[in-house]
Amino acid sequence: MTVMQHVWIVLGVLFVLLNIGAGLIWVERRMLALWQDRLGPNRAGPLGILIVLADTLKLFFKEDWVPPFADKWVFIIAPAIVVASVLMSFVVIPFAPGIVVADLNVGLLFFLAMSSIGVYSIVLGGWASNNKYALLGALRGASQMIAYEVFMGLSLMGVVMMTGSFKLTDIVEAQRDMWFFIKQPIGLVIFFIAGIAETHRLPFDIPEAESELIAGYHAEYSGMKFGMFFIGEYLGITLISAMTATIFFGGWLGPEFLPGWVWFFTKTFAFILFFILLRASLPRPRYDQLMEYGWKILLPLVLANVMITGAVLLWLKG
Amino acid sequence: MPLLFYTSSVIAILATIMVITRYHPIHALLYLVVSFLAVAMIFLSLGAPFVAVLEVILYAGAIIVLLIFVVMMLNLGTDTATQEKQWLQPKVWIGPSLLALVLLSEMVILLMQGDNADMQVTPVEIKQVSISLYKEYIIALELAGFLLMAGIVGAAHIGKHKKKHLHRFLQEENLDAENKKMKQVEETVNN
Repeated sequence: MTVMQHVWIVLGVLFVLLNIGAGLIWVERRMLALWQDRLGPNRAGPLGILIVLADTLKLFFKEDWVPPFADKWVFIIAPAIVVASVLMSFVVIPFAPGIVVADLNVGLLFFLAMSSIGVYSIVLGGWASNNKYALLGALRGASQMIAYEVFMGLSLMGVVMMTGSFKLTDIVEAQRDMWFFIKQPIGLVIFFIAGIAETHRLPFDIPEAESELIAGYHAEYSGMKFGMFFIGEYLGITLISAMTATIFFGGWLGPEFLPGWVWFFTKTFAFILFFILLRASLPRPRYDQLMEYGWKILLPLVLANVMITGAVLLWLKG
Repeated sequence: MPLLFYTSSVIAILATIMVITRYHPIHALLYLVVSFLAVAMIFLSLGAPFVAVLEVILYAGAIIVLLIFVVMMLNLGTDTATQEKQWLQPKVWIGPSLLALVLLSEMVILLMQGDNADMQVTPVEIKQVSISLYKEYIIALELAGFLLMAGIVGAAHIGKHKKKHLHRFLQEENLDAENKKMKQVEETVNN
């Protein structure tokens, strides 16, 4: 592959992702409205799609205020970390055969590493704000994300054992006969739950729980710095959806009548809609309930899943 | 490849120096994260992607987050920064730097004596790492497992919430005082 092709792939992926991130503003509000039996944004443009433009412009032109009591540089860096780490994770995702920025041998581990770097944005944002609510949000966010990272990593190990590789294209190719969600249903469910907790989306949005913590770790943020947290969250949803589609639902694989990337984006979009449906339908658990659920239910389950998968693989090998 | 190696090494050294010289603990920890990322890069350039990624996941992504978590809860403000400033006078550096200088000169001499063959980079696959871990070094792995298990049990023991079934109006101090009174009564009875 030539250098120019690489550059085009990188630019294309970046362009598509940022547009999806922005477009999800409209998708989420429209879909929430649909499920809650209202209309949602419907004034600007056809079906209100120009709300994306209005929202983005508003974010750009709002006063970008750094509180005098905040730790200035850490406060500025924090929102950049979340977007950067999520965008870095997309590097390893194969969108279609041949369309992948870098097909690393340690692809899956790279994704886990980047999602663990993402924790910093919450922790630092909450701490640098020098605000009690923000600090509480940061504490919750840090413990929630560190805990659920463990289950996320372990839930993928069954797939890795069956493929024998951490490379995402190998994992997709291994699903030619059967998608992995049939062989690894527990892995899928735990990965998705951990993914919701990692992106701190409703119902697991307790780091920002607006009814208790105002807005949690980003309470002091305004303007485009808040916008970065916002877009980082949407990109995070897209990332978890894309990973679920790649690892458990065959990525670009599908019947021949549509090209690979169409299948990939269809699957990804279905999971994004599922994320939004969860927001529309589930209440938020209490903080201690979330942690207890993780350590007392998910951890034994995921360990059993790894053990049983290994045992079955050894048994089949003879 | 040597260029990558040297760039990340320089970043690692600079970041580590910043860790030592920062007065604010959180800033120091942030530089430590940069230092770990640079070390991960060094591993990658030496052909050990697995170790590099583990470095990021475990050190940068988990251990330092926990350290920041603790420092955050301690709520160290400008007071600690000024205290650090008082402690870190220039003369504090003299002793350690002299000793480190001796070590550095020793290392330079050793490097000068050695043959200056090019760095041999052989990428190590994850499979090779796991096979050697579970074949040759299985005992070390098991021992590490024991150690971690002991650590977890210890942490669980320390963190265990001692439940005292008190009525919500009954303060602990009152109970202690009453226990003391009972003991005194017992002693007097025994006497």
